[in-house]
Amino acid sequence: MSTDTVAAHRAAHSGHTGDTPVLEVTDLTVTFPGTNGNPDVHAVRGVGYSVSRGEVLGIVGESGSGKSVSSMAAMGLLPDHARITGSVRLHGEELLGLDDRAMARKRGRVISMVFQDPLSGLTPVYTVGDQLAEAVLVHDARTPKAQARARAVELLDLVGIPNPASRYRSFPHEFSGGMRQRVMIAMAMANHPDVIICDEPTTALDVTIQAQILDLLRTARRETGAAIVMITHDLGVVAGFVDRVLVMYAGRAVETGGVDQIYHGSRMPYTMGLLGAVPRVDAERRGALVPVRGNPPSPSDLPTGCTFAPRCPIAEPECERSEPALLAVGSQPSRDDVRDSRPGAPPEDDTGGAGAHRSACLRSGEIARNRWTALDIYPVPEIPEPAASAAPRADRPEMLRVTGLVKHHPLTKGTVFKRRVGTVYAVDGIDFDIREGETLALVGESGCGKSSTLMEIMGLHEPQRGRVEVMGRDTAGLSRSDRFRLRRDMQIVFQDPMSSLDPRMTVFEIISEPLRTHGTPRAETTARVYELLRLVGLDTEHATRFPAEFSGGQRQRIGIARALALEPRLLVLDEPVSALDVSIQAGVVNLLEELQARLGLSYLFVAHDLSVVRHVADRVAVMYLGRIVEIGDTEFVYTRPSHPYTQALLSAIPIPDPEKERARTHIVLDADPPSPADPPSGCGFRTRCQKFGTLSEPEQEQCVSDEPLVTPVNRGDQAVACHFPERQAGV
Amino acid sequence: MGKFLARRMLNYVVLVFIATSFAYVLAATHLDPRAYFEQMQPPPSPEAVNDQLDSLNLNDETPIAERYATWMSGVLTGDFGRNIQGGDVASQMWMKAGVTLRLITVATLLGSAVGIAVGAYAAVRQYRGFDKAATAASFVVLSIPTVVIAIVVQVIASSVNDGLGTQLLRYSGEYSAGFDGTWWELLLNRLHHAMLPTFVLAVALFAAFARYQRNMMLDVLGADFVRTAMAKGLTRRQALFKHALRTALIPTITYFTFTFGALVAGATFTEKIYGWHGMGAWLIDSIFRHDVHVVAAVSWFMAITIMAASFLSDLLYAWLDPRVRV
Amino acid sequence: MSTIEESRAPAPVPAAPPAPSRLRDLGRRLIGTRRVVVGLLLLVLLAAVAFLGPLVSPWEPGERDFSAMLEGPTTEHWAGTNRTGQDIFTQATAGLRKSLLIGLLVAVFSTGFAALVGAFAGYVGGVTDRGLMWTADLALVLPNFVILAILSTHFAGDGGWLVLVVLLAAFSWMVTSKMVRGLTISLREREYIHAARFMGVPAHTIVLRHILPNMSSLLIADATIMVSGAIIGETALSYFGLGVQSPDISLGMVIAAGSAFATTAPWVFAFPTLLLIVMVLAVNMVGDGLRDALDPQSTSRRP
Repeated sequence: MSTDTVAAHRAAHSGHTGDTPVLEVTDLTVTFPGTNGNPDVHAVRGVGYSVSRGEVLGIVGESGSGKSVSSMAAMGLLPDHARITGSVRLHGEELLGLDDRAMARKRGRVISMVFQDPLSGLTPVYTVGDQLAEAVLVHDARTPKAQARARAVELLDLVGIPNPASRYRSFPHEFSGGMRQRVMIAMAMANHPDVIICDEPTTALDVTIQAQILDLLRTARRETGAAIVMITHDLGVVAGFVDRVLVMYAGRAVETGGVDQIYHGSRMPYTMGLLGAVPRVDAERRGALVPVRGNPPSPSDLPTGCTFAPRCPIAEPECERSEPALLAVGSQPSRDDVRDSRPGAPPEDDTGGAGAHRSACLRSGEIARNRWTALDIYPVPEIPEPAASAAPRADRPEMLRVTGLVKHHPLTKGTVFKRRVGTVYAVDGIDFDIREGETLALVGESGCGKSSTLMEIMGLHEPQRGRVEVMGRDTAGLSRSDRFRLRRDMQIVFQDPMSSLDPRMTVFEIISEPLRTHGTPRAETTARVYELLRLVGLDTEHATRFPAEFSGGQRQRIGIARALALEPRLLVLDEPVSALDVSIQAGVVNLLEELQARLGLSYLFVAHDLSVVRHVADRVAVMYLGRIVEIGDTEFVYTRPSHPYTQALLSAIPIPDPEKERARTHIVLDADPPSPADPPSGCGFRTRCQKFGTLSEPEQEQCVSDEPLVTPVNRGDQAVACHFPERQAGV
Repeated sequence: MGKFLARRMLNYVVLVFIATSFAYVLAATHLDPRAYFEQMQPPPSPEAVNDQLDSLNLNDETPIAERYATWMSGVLTGDFGRNIQGGDVASQMWMKAGVTLRLITVATLLGSAVGIAVGAYAAVRQYRGFDKAATAASFVVLSIPTVVIAIVVQVIASSVNDGLGTQLLRYSGEYSAGFDGTWWELLLNRLHHAMLPTFVLAVALFAAFARYQRNMMLDVLGADFVRTAMAKGLTRRQALFKHALRTALIPTITYFTFTFGALVAGATFTEKIYGWHGMGAWLIDSIFRHDVHVVAAVSWFMAITIMAASFLSDLLYAWLDPRVRV
Repeated sequence: MSTIEESRAPAPVPAAPPAPSRLRDLGRRLIGTRRVVVGLLLLVLLAAVAFLGPLVSPWEPGERDFSAMLEGPTTEHWAGTNRTGQDIFTQATAGLRKSLLIGLLVAVFSTGFAALVGAFAGYVGGVTDRGLMWTADLALVLPNFVILAILSTHFAGDGGWLVLVVLLAAFSWMVTSKMVRGLTISLREREYIHAARFMGVPAHTIVLRHILPNMSSLLIADATIMVSGAIIGETALSYFGLGVQSPDISLGMVIAAGSAFATTAPWVFAFPTLLLIVMVLAVNMVGDGLRDALDPQSTSRRP
């Protein structure tokens, strides 16, 4: 698009600037009719919000809360069989009921959308450039092809794709996740829309990439002046980015208000629970997280009253009578009024005053008066002090020692004509040890080699190079039967509660499988399975059910029970909570801490979420490109990170506190991590290092030619692989 | 890449070699060319039969290893031996292959084109009237053996011809034997003969392709990239056509290639019933005629086509889909 | 009752709400798939015809009524007779029985073999994988028609049709085994497989306990399709006299014998052909319906 058309475009919309909302959604409901005799799914039940130019609205909610469906409805992207009622107005014009052709003219031009999963979001068979140019051409077919192409290159450049002119011809699969998300954002910006809806735009990305994308979205807002609707489950992401927040639960808005009001003075127990359940990277707090018990209701089988009442610690009988409306804090009807009202009466939301703090809780006034916080209303479990931590670390027996572990695997290319084209240096010489009763966290972004490390350790085979010793026994010299016996002592809990349990087995069969394999007598097995179920907080009657009948959190508990069946001393936890919603996550984290204290377990905890790590780990090892760049006591590493990568990682994590978040300056690393098949010479991190640029030439020379070794720093339990750890990073 | 392809080709050569050798040995040990000559009228003398068999390298009194060695050394130089009447197998093979190719080329193109269109549209209209009708039609067709389709079509054609009083639809041979005329009369004659067998083959292919394309299309209909295309301003129809169909066509095109290769053998019944002297018909005739060398040669040809088709479909897949492109 | 919540952010269209029990859900989905119900009913009906037909018919299979040759349907010969005076109804129902048996046996053999080969190739990998897949490739290029035709002399006699069954199965397992292999490779990286391995479960137990059960639905559906494939294949072979050999009788043989009279004496051809088509159609309906109902991927296709 030429500058002329851009100007014309802007002029066309200039009449809409000011305080009149650009997008106004009122009383939106979306229902998916049930098929095959299943009940209807009430995905969205009366949601209303509005955004003005340049404003950012955050819609927060857990999976299944209807936050994505409501925005898809606004875009006209839901399938035909969805029943949509209410109103969606764009510049005052009603969108619901427009036919596809009319809606298509709005989409991508006036209102555009950035989707969550950049992996499958781009058509695999067209180049990214052509797909971007199509976004321009589809709204103005008279644009010459060359001009559209030039505009696409310009957009690629704008969103920070290096060598845009040559990357124009790349296919989506040749881009990393972060770069694909940039292309999606470029696509959304292409026609200077007035509203950009971002649906979990950073969820699938690593923290350092997430920081880049958030930066880019800020740029997009500045460039287009568009109103932004930011949909997310991550309270940290929105804290520093949005002006107003709308919290959704079970298809309805349960609280809305300015970002500070919500974060510092929530008046809805659900929001309070959500905020309390998030482990914080900025605060040292050993102790239990605030768990929200239970699970969100199924959208096809909702309770009559407040949908959160079954999980709410301060629910009253009146809460179950009818659903509370979203009203200004304190203006909820009295309990007597509710008792007298018709049960199950539909709530009538107060729609006035977009910025006002409103909450759908009968007791919101009470919460405000008493200034309750999450800790006041949610019972926090007591976690006993672990016995082992009494002895000094050096005196405790070694559970696992890894020395110089190397795992290289062939890099193959092509699916049809598969052939080896190189070597992936997945794990490239790492050392660490775990003592009894302690938790070592292995953190790093995707592709850093942490999963490969786990697989190498769990395999109990002789590694390609280096040594793995479990309970003091070198895995290289193990006989078949020795290895089988050693497996009792070391078990694993996986990330994805969906795929870690065999869907065709009952819970009983799943938990008893390790016992059966290791020849435990039948009678004993049954008793043990029931004991394990109780231990992880499940009911014994759950034993006969199948995994599909459980929620993510419960499935993760089954996985933990299975891992504990053989009474291992070391538990390997592979991202055990990263697939869970925050309110569920807190419960599982608490369980893990409790089990460690009660059973004296040692944990190898692999995670990418540094907030959770700070909460659970005694020691932490940061991995980058198959190597450990920093290792040491959690407190030391978090309070005085010495490797520039650790500093960047910690800086990139958004904190769920709007005030702090606005005051922070993030270190935003450039580009993507290099491929582990082609690591840079010398220090692996130098290509993205924020410190590298501040160094003198001979110093840079050292980074390029010498590989830094992990050496102790700061006179404590902390070691770092950097030539210049004492230098301040050039933030 | 070159090394990789070479390894793969070598593997194919080995496979084809084994398959052909197997076919030869099986045919040479189980078929009985001697009986073919002995039952001739007037009965030839045993010496004459032996001479005949020896000259053709078909004598069952010669050890099989020796016969195999002789035959294989010929094959390696492109000589597939002589058929039981003494004709050159190699030259006949190319003629027969031509007949089969003429038949299946049009049929696959026709059947797949209609099938793809119907399947793709049925997927878009899933569970609506068109989809149900298309599904029912392809089900019925897929449930009828080609033999039965061919016979039923023949029956219908003969009654049509009777009704019209002319031989519009011919169902015997590729053209009328001894027919002479201008070039376009010859062409018309061939067309008359080609209509029915082509139709029979195409109908079965149509059903298979419609099912296949429908499934492929359904896989991409709900894909995120279709939603992205719509989000940037394409209508549903445009997004489906430009993004979904284009992506869903890739597996179908490779399937097409593979089908085409497999059809050289698959057209046997149609050829036989409609009297086309193609590869398949030749194979059946030679089995009954105890013609060892023809059986081996046809086996070789069919193994080659299957390998070539699967190799080509892989190549095509890699070429069409940037994700697996080399 | 607990609920299923999606572990990641919600899909645009929420999946169908959780069913209280897998089996009940499966049952409901099967019943909901009309094709399966209709197909199964038809199959039961056909099986009844196949096994009761020869019993209720006054004629024996192969028996000739020299007083009625090539006669249309009468009260004595319900579906007419052929040129040699054999009762078409008796012949066809007896043939149906054999064809059904052949189809079922071929499906069981070839699917079972394909599942084992594919699962072990995919799970064990390496040389085993390459060896097994090379064998599958070889079986694909072997001239199956030639082999069947040449060995057809062995199909005659007592139990000779079992040789045909084995051969048909031997030439129909390859594609399925490649598919099973592909699925196994993706299944192999599932976390519950890793978990089983890390608790010390041996490889063959993992294949039998975790891998094959988890693709059983697909295997069942595939086996069903294989039934119809085998029946059609046998019919085609019979047309050239290379299928089941007399005195055994298959539907293909009856049809082949009748095809010459398709125009002059349609009943000789029509009745057995109709039986065949209905049978294959029923099998296909069940197979396709099963695939739709059981394939977890296809649930997303349901609106």
